[in-house]
Amino acid sequence: MARLSYVQAACNALHAVMQQDARVVTLGEDVGRGGVFGQYRGLQQAFGAERVIDTPISEATIMGAAVGMALAGLRPVVELRVVDFALCAMDEVVNQAAKARYMFGGQGRVPLVARMPIGLWRGSAAQHSQSLEAWYAHVPGLVVVAPATPQDNHGLLGAAIASGDPVIYMEHKELWGLEDEVDPTRIERLGVAALRRPGSDLTLVTWSRTLHDALAAAETAQDEGLSIEVIDLRTIWPWDREAVFASVQKTGRLLVAHEAVQAGGFGAEIAAATAEALGVPVRRLGAPRIPVGYAPPLEDAARVTPQAIVAAARELVGAPARGA
Amino acid sequence: MSAIEMSLEHALALYRTMARIRAFENAAEEASKGGVAAFGASLAQAKVRGPLHLSTGQEAVAAGVCAQLRTDDLLTSTHRGHGHTIAKGASIERMMCELFGRATGYNGGKGGSMHIADFSIGMLGANGVVAAGIPIAVGAAHALRLRGGDALVACFFGDGAINRGPFLEGLNWAGIHRLPVLFVCEDNRWSATTETGAMTAGEGALARAQAIGVPGVAVNGNDVFAVDAAAAALSAQIRADGAPRFLHAVTYRIKGHVSVDAAAYRSHDEVARALEQDPLELAAIRIAALGGERAALAAIDAQAQAEIAAAVAAADAAPWPAQSAAYTDIQDTGAERWRD
Ligand SMILES: Cc1ncc(C[n+]2csc(CCOP(=O)(O)OP(=O)(O)O)c2C)c(N)n1
Ligand SMILES: [Mg+2]
Repeated sequence: MARLSYVQAACNALHAVMQQDARVVTLGEDVGRGGVFGQYRGLQQAFGAERVIDTPISEATIMGAAVGMALAGLRPVVELRVVDFALCAMDEVVNQAAKARYMFGGQGRVPLVARMPIGLWRGSAAQHSQSLEAWYAHVPGLVVVAPATPQDNHGLLGAAIASGDPVIYMEHKELWGLEDEVDPTRIERLGVAALRRPGSDLTLVTWSRTLHDALAAAETAQDEGLSIEVIDLRTIWPWDREAVFASVQKTGRLLVAHEAVQAGGFGAEIAAATAEALGVPVRRLGAPRIPVGYAPPLEDAARVTPQAIVAAARELVGAPARGA
Repeated sequence: MSAIEMSLEHALALYRTMARIRAFENAAEEASKGGVAAFGASLAQAKVRGPLHLSTGQEAVAAGVCAQLRTDDLLTSTHRGHGHTIAKGASIERMMCELFGRATGYNGGKGGSMHIADFSIGMLGANGVVAAGIPIAVGAAHALRLRGGDALVACFFGDGAINRGPFLEGLNWAGIHRLPVLFVCEDNRWSATTETGAMTAGEGALARAQAIGVPGVAVNGNDVFAVDAAAAALSAQIRADGAPRFLHAVTYRIKGHVSVDAAAYRSHDEVARALEQDPLELAAIRIAALGGERAALAAIDAQAQAEIAAAVAAADAAPWPAQSAAYTDIQDTGAERWRD
């Protein structure tokens, strides 16, 4: 066990994997100086510029080249800075990485991890603050992962690299400095949610940074006599239906909260699937469908707060529970 | 225009623009202390938040190019766009208000430093996405051509942007459609923490433009008179024949990539050498040779300081946007549908 930040945990994990597996390479802008968030600190010194590859500002080719590397036997970890710039490589993700295995009849596979941090990040405005996990979750062929803790950023990054499929790996920019105990020997599996807090009145499913607001909300709600079970999805696709359904069968109600825009957000999918399967009352809570503004009052309008989560939980519990 | 032909009045005007940009950047930097999330730094309260890209040391490019622009010319900028905006004629007070995130800023606090814009003077916006301004400039040039007249679009981008696809696509497009665009590669040698040269094959920006058939010149981007003269010649050509031209202005990024970046990845020598080529200092020497007095420059500096100080005070006192403004200027169709 060691106390590590979210960013250092991922850095250590990548270091360990690169040490074990010579097929793993890293490419992207500024990786040679450790990446602008420090996620690659020391890697080029350790593994050389042939395996930790500095690239031009060429997102389409960074991603496209990674597909080529993967088809030819490497396991690239792709640095795309933030999801907002990863959009410059959308064809390479959606039409190439996600399709190659199927389209070519299974002759090739695309084992790569594309890192594209999401989320609000004080004062970063409309082009550096988005949470677009639902876009990628919509595309067959892609795995989508969104770690919320240092331990998960260690374990899930390793699992993502090992998975053999293209993984969209979405860290959260406001979590880099978050510290916690990390067990580097712990193996994580993709597609498995984590129960973060047991409760009995409703199930709150969330991921990424919103987990921390959800836990704060559950604490507040507890004082009001409302018992919330908090599930951290961790993998957005494939999401852990078993864990969510088992919890909802116990509590009889589902609330999904995420930082992304609510309309068309991935919470809608979970809510719909749960309502279909269990017939329980469901509710979504995401951001209003507005771009993220620069000024604090505007940015705050796009924030899903613990207070809003508590309010949504209260409203949901006001609704009659069925199927419990 | 040679140095000899340069009038003292024009020289002082160029210097004034640079002095105003320098003072603006210094004040913005000061106001951003402790408030930037970039490079993993933790967040605290500051007047200017978020990533702040300073153009300190690059003032001559903005001042020289924009001196040749008219109000009806359009301009697209980058994430490092304060200088372009000031030189195009924007109000420093409204710019500072935007950096402070206030309702009285150009974007009403919606954009901040990275998205500053003043459409009333043809400044179509800074941009957080590298090279994104290039195709936008090309499209804007189509609009100008349809409108008729000899206005042009000045399209600023960094040296790092020439390795993105839109650079090739935009230049080719402007070439085949003969569009009035002045492409300005503001080459400060760095792309965030990476030396651009190491990431750029071949002879670089100007050679690429020429290979596509967009003619142009390279200039010392710290020499405002050289930039001004080159921009004068190129813009005159564009206005005459409507076809694109290219200006490769070589300068240096004195500061880190963002205000909190100490830029420890580059050598002190390199920065020290660059500081010896300060565009304001170079201009001062040339102005002295033209018969200008140091006192005149000192007065310009003092005026700029006073103007910026007043802008900072105004911004500090300005109101925040109402939270309801978060829901305006998004779309008409389907407006008021925020959630479901
Ligand atoms: C498409 C895209 N990729 C990456 C980034 C992150 N980024 C912001 S500025 C920058 C460096 C740009 O270098 P250059 O074009 O030379 O402009 P400069 O910062 O030197 O003014 C990078 C990589 C971005 N904003 N957009
Ligand atoms: Mg540059």
